[in-house]
Amino acid sequence: MTVDNDPMAEIRASFFIESEELLEALQDGLQLMEDGAADNETINVVFRAVHSIKGGAGAFGLEGLVHFAHRYETVLDEVRAGRLQVEAEALKVFFQAADHLSDLVRISRDNEPLPDEETEVLLTALDAFLGDASPAASAVEEVIDFQPMGVSLDLGLAAEGDGGLPDLDALPPLDFGAAPRVYEITFTPQADLFDTGNEPATLLRNLQQLGKAKVVCDSSRLPPIDQLRPDVPHLSWTVTLETDVEESEIASIFEFVEGLCQLDIKRQGDRDSAELPPLPDLPPLDTASAKVEETAPTAPIEAAPAPLPTQTEPGPTAAAPAPPPQGAPTAAKSVVRVDLDRIERLVNLVGELVINQAMLSQSLEHSGLSPHSDAMSGLEEFQRLTRDIQDSVMMIRAQPVKSLFQRMSRIVREASAAVEKDVRLVTTGEATEVDKTVIERLADPLTHMIRNAVDHGLESKEARLAAGKPAQGKVNLSAAHRSGRVVIEIADDGAGIDRPKVLQLAIDKGLIPPDSSLSDSEIDNLLFLPGFSTADKVSNLSGRGVGMDVVRTSIQALGGRITTTSLPGQGTTFSISLPLTLAVLDGMVIEVAEETLVLPLNLVIETLTLQSGDVEMVRPGRNVVRVRSGFVPLFDLGAALGYRPPLDDFEGSVVLLIANEDETNAALLIDNILDQRQVVIKGLDESFYRAPGIAAATILGDGQIALILDSSDIISTAIPKPGLPQTGTDAGVPA
Amino acid sequence: MTDIQSPQSIELLTFQLADQEYSLDIMSVREIRGWTRATPLPHAPKFMKGVINLRGTVLPVMDLAQRLGLAAREQNDRNVIIVVKHEETMTGLLVDAVSDIIALTSDDLQPPPELSSGTANGVVNALTLIDDRMIRVLDLAATINDTESVAA
Repeated sequence: MTVDNDPMAEIRASFFIESEELLEALQDGLQLMEDGAADNETINVVFRAVHSIKGGAGAFGLEGLVHFAHRYETVLDEVRAGRLQVEAEALKVFFQAADHLSDLVRISRDNEPLPDEETEVLLTALDAFLGDASPAASAVEEVIDFQPMGVSLDLGLAAEGDGGLPDLDALPPLDFGAAPRVYEITFTPQADLFDTGNEPATLLRNLQQLGKAKVVCDSSRLPPIDQLRPDVPHLSWTVTLETDVEESEIASIFEFVEGLCQLDIKRQGDRDSAELPPLPDLPPLDTASAKVEETAPTAPIEAAPAPLPTQTEPGPTAAAPAPPPQGAPTAAKSVVRVDLDRIERLVNLVGELVINQAMLSQSLEHSGLSPHSDAMSGLEEFQRLTRDIQDSVMMIRAQPVKSLFQRMSRIVREASAAVEKDVRLVTTGEATEVDKTVIERLADPLTHMIRNAVDHGLESKEARLAAGKPAQGKVNLSAAHRSGRVVIEIADDGAGIDRPKVLQLAIDKGLIPPDSSLSDSEIDNLLFLPGFSTADKVSNLSGRGVGMDVVRTSIQALGGRITTTSLPGQGTTFSISLPLTLAVLDGMVIEVAEETLVLPLNLVIETLTLQSGDVEMVRPGRNVVRVRSGFVPLFDLGAALGYRPPLDDFEGSVVLLIANEDETNAALLIDNILDQRQVVIKGLDESFYRAPGIAAATILGDGQIALILDSSDIISTAIPKPGLPQTGTDAGVPA
Repeated sequence: MTDIQSPQSIELLTFQLADQEYSLDIMSVREIRGWTRATPLPHAPKFMKGVINLRGTVLPVMDLAQRLGLAAREQNDRNVIIVVKHEETMTGLLVDAVSDIIALTSDDLQPPPELSSGTANGVVNALTLIDDRMIRVLDLAATINDTESVAA
């Protein structure tokens, strides 16, 4: 299947990318239906998403996918036709089916074995909604190209039995046995029809196969030859087709150009049908027999979304959290798919531009030009432009968190089913944009936290009712931009953190001394300790003790922070604050032993200049700084990095008070603070040497490279190793 | 002599290292830059000069003489950094001076005789004679990758 240079491979890959988008639209639509905000268009979107996946899957021979999508689609079609009312129970199955469909898409992509059992269970559940209509309805599609007449009869009878719904699909059978019908089909391709590889001649030829067709070409839109664009269709056709097939079959020929053309299928006056005894709902159709199709609610052509997006890509301001307007989940945006490598390259080039610009500024400033000279004001403009370009480029990598949140709604569905709780996930701020890498690396921690919220956060139904809460638990997932960072919150309306129990557990597990007296927030923080788990029983979902400490580590790896607040009886909120991008960092530029280094600014709590007597020795090589009434361990950065022997006179040195991951503080001894600025993060090639205490590098305005410190690494490598200079045993530079 | 493998023509970039002549396959050389101060990496092995800014990317630079265990020598203006690419990684090699580009065929190369030991042995994979001077051809992969043995 995966042969190199397979021309189909690329098309196949793009099918799977499109499927992702369709699945997203499907989820959106179902969500709207659940919220009761669905209209006809929503149901159409849901139907079309499944239908398009089926179509694409068929083209690649993905039988399992087609099989499932087809039956799913059949049920959705019933909804679309108004024959099936969507109840909560049906929606639940629809959601499950959507999840399963997305599994099947993934499985098909990876060529993994199909989960047939699961498929059958869901299909049975789906078919249950079809009721009596099901055999007929599913038979329709299966044999459609086999015996159209017989099929129409079935449909007609079913529709009559339903009490004559005003459904045009059901109408044609009334003409059963009538003379061949005459349709007038006008077909006007739009400018982008050729882009998708469609060919009008093929469509017309297919039409001809349905019956006697008379094709008239309208060339009035044809421009003079010198303005002719061969890649844009200019012609339109009127086909008079004498046939005995259904209109839907004619429409199906144009299925693949749906939305790429103007299509009008008109039935010419048919006396036979007019004379038939009308059903109660029929009269308007009789009088409109020549224009029946224009009102057809189920005609797929009419349901097509605006294919030519008029909306342009919003600027960076669109990053502001704005929940998508109701009922507009499919508002088409003009998008371009770009290889991630190209974006990476652009990001790198812009990084260079920023550095170059800084170098230029620096040398011009030193050249003694008047600040009012043209060169200097031009430079200022250049600086502004560079910054704008950098921001815009960073925005390219930004993606709305929506896809991530959708995944979480699935997690909630599965988790709540597993622990038999009724849980509703409410998401806000899905349009909030975050760097793509951040989104990808957030999926696991978020999954874990959502499961925790469902499993531990929310009480059982009985407990909720006893506490006077609604039986259905609620988990809020929100994203918002706040002062240059993204804040993601997971809030449940459960019982809140049971602090006495947490404290007892931590003591039992020996994580803290038995006589500890901790504040509420300190107790809450115990949750993040490795090996901590509060669940009384270990469930399948969570509670294996590899919980929140892993979550915290992965959030911190993204340069983020996680905090928790909890109110007894009202719920728990976890709040994750993340940088907008992993490519830039707010740094403090410092000098140590004549080397320039950068420390992430968010770690620095306080800066101090040492006075005599501030530093106390605990034992040789181990010093502490007095900060107000406390003592903070002092690390001589220059010595820890091996740049120079440890200092013995600290007076006048600068100390940075930094926050460690475990909430303790440490003091870093440095020579000088030079600057505070945004730096572009450059990865270090660690293939043949990994420097301890160094996280990455950046390039300063003078073109020199400055290393970005990983303070926790410095401290952890500085403490246990006796060979390092802090201990005073070795005053020289370590080998 | 068999004719199964016709001699391949190769081009070598030759350079000076502690008064000896070394060379590298020119196909692996990306560019040659003048010496700029490298930012030292903490606790790095001696042959790691540090990192420099190569048009926006961070390029690790190795002192090739120290890497090969040759005598340390004075830095001067003719010192250059040869930027090489091996597989996907770019590395800078600090050498004393670049001399020449020579074209020869693979027939002109002869394997180095087995020497007892020495770090330079594994990284020199051929010898050749040009104008009566012996030129050592470096095995780039071994030079860049096998750093563990020297780092100790």
